[in-house]
Amino acid sequence: MRILNFLTLAILLSSGTAGLAGEKKPVRSSKPMVSMEENGGITLPAGFQASILADELGRARHLAVNTNGDVYVKLDKLNEGRGILRLRDANGDGKAEDISGFGNYKGTGIAIKNGYLYASSNEQIFRYALDKTGVADPENPELIATGLWDRGAHSSKSITLDNAGNIYVNIGAPSNVCQVKDFTKGSPGINPCPLLDSSGGIWQFRVDVKGQSYNNGKRYATGLRNVVGLDWNAQVNDLFVMQHGRDMFFQHYPEMYSQQDGALNPSEEFFRIKPGSDCGWPYCYYDMNKKQKLMNPEYGGDRNKVGDCAGKTQSILQFPGHMAPDGLLFYTGTQFPEKYRNGAFIAFHGSWNRSPEPQEGYFVVYVPIKDGLPSGDWEVFANGFAQDLKDPRKARFRPCGLAQGPDGSLYISDDQKGRIWKVTYGK
Amino acid sequence: MRYHKPFFSVLLMTTCSFMVLAQQGMPKDVAARGKTIYGAVCMACHQSDGGGVPRLNPPLSGSKTVNGPKDKLIPIVLNGMSGVEIEGESYGNVMASHADLKDQEIADVLNYVRNNFGNKASLVSAADVKKVRIKLKK
Repeated sequence: MRILNFLTLAILLSSGTAGLAGEKKPVRSSKPMVSMEENGGITLPAGFQASILADELGRARHLAVNTNGDVYVKLDKLNEGRGILRLRDANGDGKAEDISGFGNYKGTGIAIKNGYLYASSNEQIFRYALDKTGVADPENPELIATGLWDRGAHSSKSITLDNAGNIYVNIGAPSNVCQVKDFTKGSPGINPCPLLDSSGGIWQFRVDVKGQSYNNGKRYATGLRNVVGLDWNAQVNDLFVMQHGRDMFFQHYPEMYSQQDGALNPSEEFFRIKPGSDCGWPYCYYDMNKKQKLMNPEYGGDRNKVGDCAGKTQSILQFPGHMAPDGLLFYTGTQFPEKYRNGAFIAFHGSWNRSPEPQEGYFVVYVPIKDGLPSGDWEVFANGFAQDLKDPRKARFRPCGLAQGPDGSLYISDDQKGRIWKVTYGK
Repeated sequence: MRYHKPFFSVLLMTTCSFMVLAQQGMPKDVAARGKTIYGAVCMACHQSDGGGVPRLNPPLSGSKTVNGPKDKLIPIVLNGMSGVEIEGESYGNVMASHADLKDQEIADVLNYVRNNFGNKASLVSAADVKKVRIKLKK
């Protein structure tokens, strides 16, 4: 059966299936979908299986699924000049036989809501009207927001939408901990941190207003160093985000943090955001050993001082340090078993700032959620992405984006090589 | 590492000129000093194998800059670097200035990275670093 599928696919690909009207000619990867390994090389709980929807797409960041099942992937590096790929699996065998692309900008964010596809470069947000065939006019999107900070570090703009006509975008702070000299041992933190005026938070824009920027957008939440994974939870009507915590505790403060402490700290925090939330960066961090929010040493912290950190927005769950949460998705489908309903999947891209301690992450976890709060322990859901070695360069795959299909399937993207998995249950 | 083998060292010392020594290896104590500095200052970002981190910290392994002219490499250590694009890949993290290291320490660590991780390049001396430091101050 697998061989048959492969043959069908090979024939389809070699015939050069044309994209639909309006979308550009197909993009073909060099080695299309030849893998025969079980579950596309990842491990899943019993009863689940994964197919490789597409492979070797390049730097596949976030993804979104249309109501007709088409998957749109945002690339952080252009593939044959395209920054957005549409993967279509018309025969429903879990493998996309029709891949086309458009959008000549790189980036991370992509979302679909109420008949529009939204996508971001590192400084702008666009939207494209969707019709029955897909994106109607890929060359002429509306510009929703522009001029968002792109200063090298933490420049990706993740997006999510609520049900009231608002779009939320992360603007990461181009900094580790707002020091006078970034990443420099002994350099103090600036207080107040001037970066927070235009970054280090989540901004809210209207979906129906063109060309917005800082002057007419709203800083919805602040004190977030960098967020890549974020999602709107329609059940409780709140925004949830995963923060990437700061680096360099052990390297810059070995007298306060052992090598192991530096690998574990700070926590990667999971926040439920309210309008005006201040999550504490750069002044505070969550200490995994002390189990509370403490002052950062650049701001006078000594690993005991709490200072103003008690008054900041507290996270609802804390993960071990540096695992880099890049994807967050509340699962609202019914395909997966009852325990997964309304819980959160989080894709941890995988650490680098644990070295020389072993790296961590490189997996997708599941967090049961009830009424907007964790209702049990988190567990690893999908693993084996790194294969032999959890290492940022040598890892075979690094999970990044998560999306849910109309039939309740879960899609996972990898930005190391560009594999896309479709995870299903009991089929 | 080849230059750690006694046989190879003897062979080098008896048959090769100083230039060849500089090209292919370095004394053990220099290598050890360089490794210590690498571990304390560089490894967090560039990783234990010099592979760096995609999108964030550029690799040292196989890098044209690392294996290239000393007078282009030394200023990066002294001034730091940020927002670079190397061979079509962007790297977002900030590299701090390491001008606080002594000339000899910079030479040691550069010799370590220029002769490890598959790299092979000429030795850097404290005098080389000093020369660049003076030039940058002008």
